[in-house]
Order: sequence, then C-alpha cells, then structure tokens
Amino acid sequence: MTRKVVVVGAGVVGAACAFHAASAGLDVTVTDRGPVGAGTTSRGEGNVLLSDKEPGPELALARLSRTLWDEAGQELGPDTLELEAKGGLVVASGAENLAALQEFAARQEAAGVRVERVDRVRDLEPHLAPDIPGGVHYPQDAQVQPVLAAAALLRAALRRGARFHPGEVAGAVTGRDGRVTGVRTAAGDVLPADAVVNAAGTWGGEVGRRLGAPVEVLPRRGFVLVTEPLPPMVRHKVYSADYVANVASSDAGLETSCVVEGTRGGTVLIGASRERVGFDTTMNTAVVARLAAQACRLFPFLRGVHLMRAYRGFRPYCPDHLPVVGPDPRVPGVVHACGHEGAGVGLAPATGALVTAHLLGRPWRGADPAAHTGLLPDRFLTPGGVPQ
Amino acid sequence: MTDPADLIVVGAGPAGLAAAATALAGGLRVVLLDSGTALGGQYWRHPPEHARAAVPTDDLHHGLDRYRALCKALAQHRTSGRLDLRLEHHVWSAVRDGDGFAVHAVDRHEAPRETAVVVRAPRLLVATGAYDRQLPFPGWDLPGVLTIGGLQALLKGGGVAAGSRVALGGTGPFLLPVAAGLAARGVEVVEVCEAAHPRAWLRHPGPLLRNPGKWAEGAGYAAALVRHRVPLRPRAAIVAAEGGERVTAVRIASLAPDGSPRPGTERRVEVDAVGVGWGFAPQLDLLVPLGCALTDGVDGNAVVAVDEGMRTTVPGLYTAGETCGVGGAALAVNEGRLAAASVLADSRATRVPADKHLAALRSAVARQRAFARAMALAHPLPPAWSSWLTDETVVCRCEEVTAGAIRSARADGAHDHRQVKQLTRAGMGWCQGRMCGPAVHCLTARRGAYEPAERLVATPVTLGALADLDEAPAGTTCTADTACTAVTACTAGTTGTVCTQASTDNGETDKECS
Amino acid sequence: MTEMIVDGRPLPFVEGQTVAAALVATGRLAWRTTRVGHRPRGVFCGIGVCFDCLVTVDGAPGQRACLVPARPGMTVTTGEGDDD
Repeated sequence: MTRKVVVVGAGVVGAACAFHAASAGLDVTVTDRGPVGAGTTSRGEGNVLLSDKEPGPELALARLSRTLWDEAGQELGPDTLELEAKGGLVVASGAENLAALQEFAARQEAAGVRVERVDRVRDLEPHLAPDIPGGVHYPQDAQVQPVLAAAALLRAALRRGARFHPGEVAGAVTGRDGRVTGVRTAAGDVLPADAVVNAAGTWGGEVGRRLGAPVEVLPRRGFVLVTEPLPPMVRHKVYSADYVANVASSDAGLETSCVVEGTRGGTVLIGASRERVGFDTTMNTAVVARLAAQACRLFPFLRGVHLMRAYRGFRPYCPDHLPVVGPDPRVPGVVHACGHEGAGVGLAPATGALVTAHLLGRPWRGADPAAHTGLLPDRFLTPGGVPQ
Repeated sequence: MTDPADLIVVGAGPAGLAAAATALAGGLRVVLLDSGTALGGQYWRHPPEHARAAVPTDDLHHGLDRYRALCKALAQHRTSGRLDLRLEHHVWSAVRDGDGFAVHAVDRHEAPRETAVVVRAPRLLVATGAYDRQLPFPGWDLPGVLTIGGLQALLKGGGVAAGSRVALGGTGPFLLPVAAGLAARGVEVVEVCEAAHPRAWLRHPGPLLRNPGKWAEGAGYAAALVRHRVPLRPRAAIVAAEGGERVTAVRIASLAPDGSPRPGTERRVEVDAVGVGWGFAPQLDLLVPLGCALTDGVDGNAVVAVDEGMRTTVPGLYTAGETCGVGGAALAVNEGRLAAASVLADSRATRVPADKHLAALRSAVARQRAFARAMALAHPLPPAWSSWLTDETVVCRCEEVTAGAIRSARADGAHDHRQVKQLTRAGMGWCQGRMCGPAVHCLTARRGAYEPAERLVATPVTLGALADLDEAPAGTTCTADTACTAVTACTAGTTGTVCTQASTDNGETDKECS
Repeated sequence: MTEMIVDGRPLPFVEGQTVAAALVATGRLAWRTTRVGHRPRGVFCGIGVCFDCLVTVDGAPGQRACLVPARPGMTVTTGEGDDD
C-alpha cells in the first residue's frame, strides 16, 4: 500500500499531482531544484484546450482535466488561478482549410467536445481580418495563469499536509525486491518513499534515467510574444486551423502557426513556434518576425501595436506526442507524469488525478486508470521491459 | 557604405564614440547605431545639430572639448564612407549570425513610423550605458517627481526646467551637476539630500588622490552650489512626496547609519518638482541574451565580465562603459578606446595602437576603475531604505504593484525578482522591470548583485515593422537546410536568420557633427 | 517658435525639443493616467526607459514623449490609458 509519495517537479503538473495525492490522504513531499512553476510552466500561455486535440487518449485526458480545472477553481477560488472560460475560435485561412477544419470538428464533437460552426467570425471577434471564410467556436476552451495556478495548487497541497523539499534528485533508493524505498537528493538527503512521481516536465527524461526508469522526453523550443497592454481587443483564444496539423507534426525545422489571445493584464499573447533545437536558448529573430506577420494577418490592428516582450521555453514531448502517465514496470514505485508537450497546463489536474488513482489502485476524482491505458509507459517498452 | 562592416557599435555615448573613433582610425569599417537624435548619449546629451542655436547647453556640459574632437573624427570618416552612422535607430535585438552578429533595429527618424533594419558584422561592441537606479518611496509616482537623469535630460536636450522650486535626493556624485545645472537656469534648488556621509570618502583616500581630475570636477560643482546658495544635506533622504495632481511637498528626514529615518527629524518642504537617483543601473538588455558572463559590481549591480581588453566571454563581443561597471564618462572613453584596440588586434587590422599607448590606456583605466570602486563604496544604497515604504506604496509603476503585494509574495516563498514577477506582475509592464527591478531585488533576495531579467526584446517594436521583416520582398528566410538565395545583405547564410536587403540605408544627412 | 497640435490645441515648442520637453515647458507634468489606479503620470525618467510619458503621435499610440522630437504640425493626443 502506497503511503509516502515523493513528487519530483514543482511545475503545474507536479503541483497538481501533489494536490490530488494530498487530497487523497497520501503523505506527499514535493521536491524541485527551483521554485514553484519556474520551468516550462512559466513559459506557456496557460492553455486549457480541447479544440486542438484529435479524438484519442489525449482528448480523453483533456476532457477530464477541463472538468477538474473548474473544480479546482471552485475549491481554490477562480481568481487565484485567473481561470477564464474564454472559449476558443479556430479560423480557417481558405475554403479547403475550412472544410478540413469542419471535418476535424465533427470528429471531436462525436468524442464529446462542444463545437459550434461559425460562418461570420467577426460576430465573435470584431477585429479579425475581413477575408477569413469561417471557423469553429469551442466554448470549453479556457485559460489559467500557469504560475499562479501551480502556486495555488501547491499551496493547497501544503495545507493538506504535503511538504516542499528544495533540492535536485540524484537517484532512487530501492529495496531488495527492486521496489523504490526512497529518493536520494544531490545534497545527500534521502526522502523515504513508497512511490516517486516523475513530474519533471522537459527534464523528465533525465529524472527518469536517474531513477533507473528512462523515458524519452525531448525539448521543443517555443517562442511567445507579448504586446503592450491594450483595452480588450481579442476576446477568445483565436488561432489558425493549421495549428492542429503542427502540434502533431514530427517535421524537423521551424513551425509557426498563429495563436492570438488577450490576457487580464491587457497584453495580447502571440504564439506559438515549435523548433527542435535541443536546449538552445538563443533568440531567433526570424521566428519572432514570422509570428508577428501571422498575427498581423489574423488581426490587422496588431500592425500598430508594440511587441513588449518575448519569451521562450522548452516543451517536453515524447516521440508519439502523447504524455507518459502511469507506473513504470521496470522500477516498481516509479510513476511517470511528464511529456505533455504544449498541453501540460491544460492536462495537469487530470494527470494529477490519474497519478493519484494509480497510487491508490482505484479511480480518483473521475480518473480511472483502466480508461487511460494509452498513456502508460509500457507503450515504449518491449514485453521484456526493454525500451523499444 | 556598400562594403560590409567590420564592426557594429551600439551606443554613441562616451564609450561608443571613443570606440568608433579608435576603430575607424585603425582602418575598420564601422556601423554606429544610437537611439538619440544627436551623438553624445546621456552624458553629452545635445539637441539635434540643427537646433543647437535655439537651445544653448554648452555651459551644462563637462569635457566638451573631448566630445567635439570625437565628433569631428567621426564626421571625417562619414565623409570617407567608412562610418555608417545610424541615429534614431532603436536596437531591439542582437543575435549571433554565423561567425558574427546581426543587430536588429527600427529606424524611427520619421517617428512614429518604424522601419526594420538589420546590420551584420563579424564583431559587435555594445556601449549602451546605464540609467538612473531608483528606490521607491511613498508618492514617488506623483507627476513632478522625476529621476535626476530625467531633470538633466530635459535641461540638456530641450533647455527646459521641470520646476521652479526643486528638491533633489538620493546618493552619488551625479546629484551635484544636476543641482548646479538647475541652479544655473534659475531654478531654486531648495535642498540636495545625499544619503551617504561625506566622511565615507576618507576611507578610500588613495583613489581620490590619484584622480585629481575627478576631484576638481566635484569641487567645481560644489563651488557652483555654494555660489547659488544650494544647501547640501549629508545623511538625509527624501522619504515621501505629497500632492494630488502633482507634487507639492516632500518629507525629508535625517538618516541613521543603517539608512532608516531618525525619529523626529522629518521636515516638510514645499516644492513643485523633485529629482531622485540612487546611482545607476547598467543597460545590459542586448548583452544578457547573447550569453555573456556577468559578475558582481561593487555597487550592487551585476555587470558584464570583461578581460583586460574589454572582451566579453562571447567571442567577437566587446563592451565598454557603464555596462561593465558604472564609472563615469572619462573611464568610459578610455574603455571604449581599449575595446576598439582589442577589436583591431583581434581582426588583424594593419593599424593597431602601439603597445606603449595601450599600456598607458590600461593604467588609466585601472586608476579610474579604482576611483569608481571607491565612489560606489562611499555611496551605497542605505540598507534600511525599505523602512520608508508603506504597504500601499507603489513599487512597480507600470502594473501598480504595491510593496505590500511584494512582501506577501515573498512570504509565499518567492525569493527573487523573477519569481515575484510571476506571482504579482511586478516588472511585467511597459518598462519590463527596468524601474522597479533593483528595488524588488532588494525587497526579496536581499543579497547578491541585482541581475536584470533576460529581455529578449530590448525596446518595444511594432508588430507591423516585424511583420515587414518577415515579408521583406528582397529577403528570404534561411532555414537549417536551405541556402540563402536572392538576398543582398545575407553575409552569413546560416540557420534561422531573416535576411533583408540593406535597402533601409536612408542616408540621413542632416545630422552632421561639428 | 513653431507649433504642434496637442489635444486639438496649438502648443508652441522650440526646435530640437522632444514632445515631453515641449509639454513640460508649458507647465504640464502629467498627461496620462494609469490603467488600474487611474493615477496621473507624465515624464519620469526622461530618457525612454520608464514609459510613463506615453502619448499618441499622428495616430500611433504608445509613443514615448521623451524620445519623439516635436515637429511642426505634429498631432499629439494625450490621455493614454484613460479609456482602458
């Protein structure tokens, strides 16, 4: 029976794991080499999206997560998360594109997503370019402020008895049967544990290796642009339909597809580029220019608006672009919860609930391990437990 | 200039001017960019060339002979075509580009119109100077409260005094020329509050004695203050400003050794403008994203680490002036010369300064740095300055985040200014934490030098100008595996850089230097 | 002495002055209000760093008055942030 849990990573996913595990009465210690939400969590837009996901294991997790974000908002106060059910508007660039989008939306609808066809997109977003032929409205799409959300979830976990232990994980301590009995930190401490959750995000591959349970999690660099503060001009999360193709893409080079949205602070966020360049932190002005050009095509008024800031982060992705959530058969006690790519914020609460369900051995808050087998690490392993 | 440049210099203040002049004298082709309308930077700020008769400012300056000599040298090289001078160009990013650098700017000489410009060269010298460091106090965001640099800029650049009855406060020698300049324009400077004690200088007599020029400059300003009957109050600070639509009074208190106000010493003084400044914060925005190592300066700022020849840890990248430690114009000029001498040596130029000359420069820089160090140690931020704040005092002016909000973020575990920004929005507004960053650092981290947040966009630029950069007709995007084609100014032809033609050479001709 | 148009009224300036210097010269120290607290703001740093002095110039918002040189006939609208 699992009692003591160490969660490695205080990003939004780790905080959600700690929140749910502590709520379930488990003895939780969160450890991170940095402060809460300082990694990829602080580098995203705070997307809580159903619209960009095709029917399958990720959409199933996203639908549960959308419900759990609402519940977290009710429990912790929506303002502490800046949870905003603003809805998403996906717009097509041409007639062919529109047909593909509508076909995609129909499949999502069949999988339980609320979708609304929109012929006159300017009724929803008056400042959109006039030549956009149509789109699809996703009323369930929402946004949180990711660092505030992670901090609120972690605070709530601490109120429920969890502890925070600053430090870097060096390895797992295992018993004679190979089961995890603790986590060793770089400082030499040993945190006793019946289970350890790998919620290290982009660094989940490295943490998995240190725990003796390697998983392939790779970084994908993304830039986000932030404009000067403006009066409300963009109401929804607005993006071009080619985003859908890019998220699931395995192409090597740069991909940009425009996502534009307003924030409570008045700024407009413009994403999102995807480059596979390892952990290269250098500024790429070409990417910034491309994002700006695409945003101006969607919303012509943006031409006169100032770019105030740009930031970049590294999204963690697995080779099949699905997160890895569940126990690792090679090291009993290790549970993975990483590789969420650009959807970590959206998927965090359901990931936390699913991890907790795995730890408890029974469903928790609507998360049934039997319903999410497509996310298990087993998919990367041969029947003998060797990576494929 | 049609041939490719050997060196890009960003910043035409004392360091950048000297660096450009030395590099040009050594035979290099130089692009010099500055956001101002005239050469000189903040220290030698001037109205644009065509307007100098209307706004006389000569008497407000120090070291004008040197300024004029540098301008004259640059003017000669503009004529010869080896200097490409780009005034009113705001640089928003500098990135590695093949073996060299690409500097991205917007040309604003027809402001508010903006045109994106890219210049490239194998070497880059960043001389972006510094700006006034601020500590918040109740009422510091009232209209009429300015930085002392702001008062000075209005005076030097536009011949305008922001008030008729002005109190100045803060620490550091910069208070003196600002007070003297205001007094010279007929402003009643009611008090100059210097938080430090003058005796602090006596702990470092060596550097003082070895820099007689600095000593004489200070004495000159002091004499001017005496002449205008401006009272200089040591160990005092402006701890609050009062007013409604604008400032009408300040509260001045004597300070205990830790910088906290001495109880019962607070006085109310009526004013119509206020100037405050607590030393300077180096402008590192272009340097940090390039990855150059920083080091702790003695004044509480992180500064760029340089070798004896002003080379940063990034090959081909040099810096000079306040970016590697605040030290004033004379030091900046010598550092600029030294940096350019390194550029000449590293690019195997034919005309490299003689060893003897270099040795003399290095020893001057060492002497002036020792003085700067003594100056910083004699004018520290008062440790207990935060005792002036109430929970309601605005610390982040842009997002209007109060000291109370920052303190509660700290209580929640935020232990640096980046973390506070994520939790409170302090530093997320228009100025991106340039004004509140040092203060938020003091309020949270409490030790170590202030290292500014990485700012990938050094100055706001319109999305339209950026979009044009992407869609430039003569340009194309170079990706990892496609060669650069149909591009006129793509010198490097490497990964992920947009290459636009150098068609934005707008040859501004109305800004010749005397 | 030449003039620009500030909020519909002519404002004299001396050639070479910035928009901020011209406003301050006529005694104006505040010309916009903040987004949240509606506090009055004008020129603070004077060198383009603090963004307190924002105005709309010839229809383009978000211009730092302390950096933009005044030009004859230029149209300046103050009060940025008021309607947010």
